[in-house]
Amino acid sequence: MSQFYLTALQLSICLGPMALGIFITMKIFNIPDITTDGSYTLGAVVTAVLLSNHWPVLAVLPLCMIAGSVAGICTALIHTKLRIDALLAGILVMTGLYSVNLIILGRSNVPLINIHSIFNTLSIFNNDIYNQLFVALLIIIVLIFLLRYLLLTDFGIGMRATGNNPIMTKSMGINNDFIKIIGLAIANALTALSGFLVAQYQSFADINMGIGIVITGLGSVLIADALRIWMNVSNIGLQILFVLAGSLIFQLVLAFSLAMGIDPNFLKLVTALFVLFIVALPRVSSQLKRAS
Amino acid sequence: MISLQKISKFFNKGKTNEVTALNNISLQINEGEFVVVIGANGSGKTTLLNIIAGVEMPSLGKIEINGNDVTPLPEYKRSRWVARVFQNPNNGTAPDLTILDNFRLAALRTQRKNMTIGINAAFKKKVQEKISELGMGLENKINQPMGNLSGGQRQALTLLMSVMDDTNILLLDEPTAALDPKSALVVLKLADKLNKDLGMTTILITHNIKDAHQYGNRLIQLNEGKILRDINAEMKSRLSLPDIFEWFG
Ligand SMILES: Nc1ncnc2c1ncn2[C@@H]1O[C@H](COP(=O)(O)OP(=O)(O)O)[C@@H](O)[C@H]1O
Ligand SMILES: [Mg+2]
Repeated sequence: MSQFYLTALQLSICLGPMALGIFITMKIFNIPDITTDGSYTLGAVVTAVLLSNHWPVLAVLPLCMIAGSVAGICTALIHTKLRIDALLAGILVMTGLYSVNLIILGRSNVPLINIHSIFNTLSIFNNDIYNQLFVALLIIIVLIFLLRYLLLTDFGIGMRATGNNPIMTKSMGINNDFIKIIGLAIANALTALSGFLVAQYQSFADINMGIGIVITGLGSVLIADALRIWMNVSNIGLQILFVLAGSLIFQLVLAFSLAMGIDPNFLKLVTALFVLFIVALPRVSSQLKRAS
Repeated sequence: MISLQKISKFFNKGKTNEVTALNNISLQINEGEFVVVIGANGSGKTTLLNIIAGVEMPSLGKIEINGNDVTPLPEYKRSRWVARVFQNPNNGTAPDLTILDNFRLAALRTQRKNMTIGINAAFKKKVQEKISELGMGLENKINQPMGNLSGGQRQALTLLMSVMDDTNILLLDEPTAALDPKSALVVLKLADKLNKDLGMTTILITHNIKDAHQYGNRLIQLNEGKILRDINAEMKSRLSLPDIFEWFG
């Protein structure tokens, strides 16, 4: 039983970078980027192919992130240079990536057994599950510090201002297009990092593993936003932690649904309904308040 | 120095709704001048400022700033010379960022925004000192989001932000139109002070004839995209309020 929730914790950490990517695009830049489904799978397929060919995992990690960032740059260029709606730009790149991913992977599913994965680089505990958790935690903690640092730098202030008031940033000497390209590159590199982690955690990469993953990230960010408003927090570091908490809550809800005996085929439906619930809750409650 | 050479701006060229917003304007504005621009609605005042700031590109003509041909430069590159205060107080600052963050960006208006943390104790102190000059008590609120402030406070801070870096041209497009009279006075007084103390070259668009009379050392009236009157400091000082009112008769 507790195995269920441990798995949820591990998975939520693996999906954490992707949720942070959505946080960057949606909350920092105010751009709805759904390249995510494609760049997540991209990270996983690059990982699967390179690891199967016995590349060292520490070389695979940066390559995955670079691949993800290229996907993000494609979306950003379509959006900023061709002035195409960000949603459409993301859908175009995501659709194109399906073929790219299939070509890279060679077939629709590649198992990763008997390879040296990131999760068996350390063996501190006797229990492998704890070792995996430890590695994942280590990665996410480094990420939290890096992202927090980035957002507090002068460049990071520029990023935050661009999403908040693009008229102002232009008069502050900021090239809004350029900073958005960098932002989408970072966001999709993080998403690919999640693909890298999940592929190794579940020991396979599948061409369809990214379908609907953007909703998971979106849900995490929405939960984080609800927490932020509820606790009236503006601290950047806390906001990052809230996103990861959102990711955990999300996975716990899914794990709980499974534990309740819900057919795994309904998991995407549960996901969609849960996100709907989070989005609708503040609206419904404010309507109720007005009615009473 | 700002030099506009034979500037024209057409909107919707070739269509039935074609507009000539600026019609072959040539204008020299010297360093440290405080130019007040007046004119009826649609006479081209905003377009003139937008052309200088790089928001709009001229259809014809050339713009030089401090001897540099800036005609093809986009807005974000002209921020090396030009700072702006907008009619809408919300446009000049980022509401979700703190006052301090807003000032940090302004301090880097002409520079690269590096991936290093630039806000330190010395910077905070500098910002607090600057803000305390306003006498609004905002120096104790530098960690609050800009969006918490009133329109007048934000407009005054936008003005102060314009002198955080070494830009020396200040463009103000009806900066007080959305403000109550008291805040409007604070903002105009501050603009006047920045012009006198720091030698900021200032261009102020206003609809308020009293303000046009009181502030500035040059007065330009636009009419249908052309300069109708260009009054220098000496002549302006002899103008009476009714004189200016008469121009709109
Ligand atoms: N983006 C635009 N597209 C079409 N016409 C415009 C645009 N901006 C301004 N105009 C027109 O140009 C003329 C000058 O406008 P503007 O510079 O805003 O005048 P003012 O600021 O003096 O009121 C007006 O006729 C206006 O309708
Ligand atoms: Mg105007």
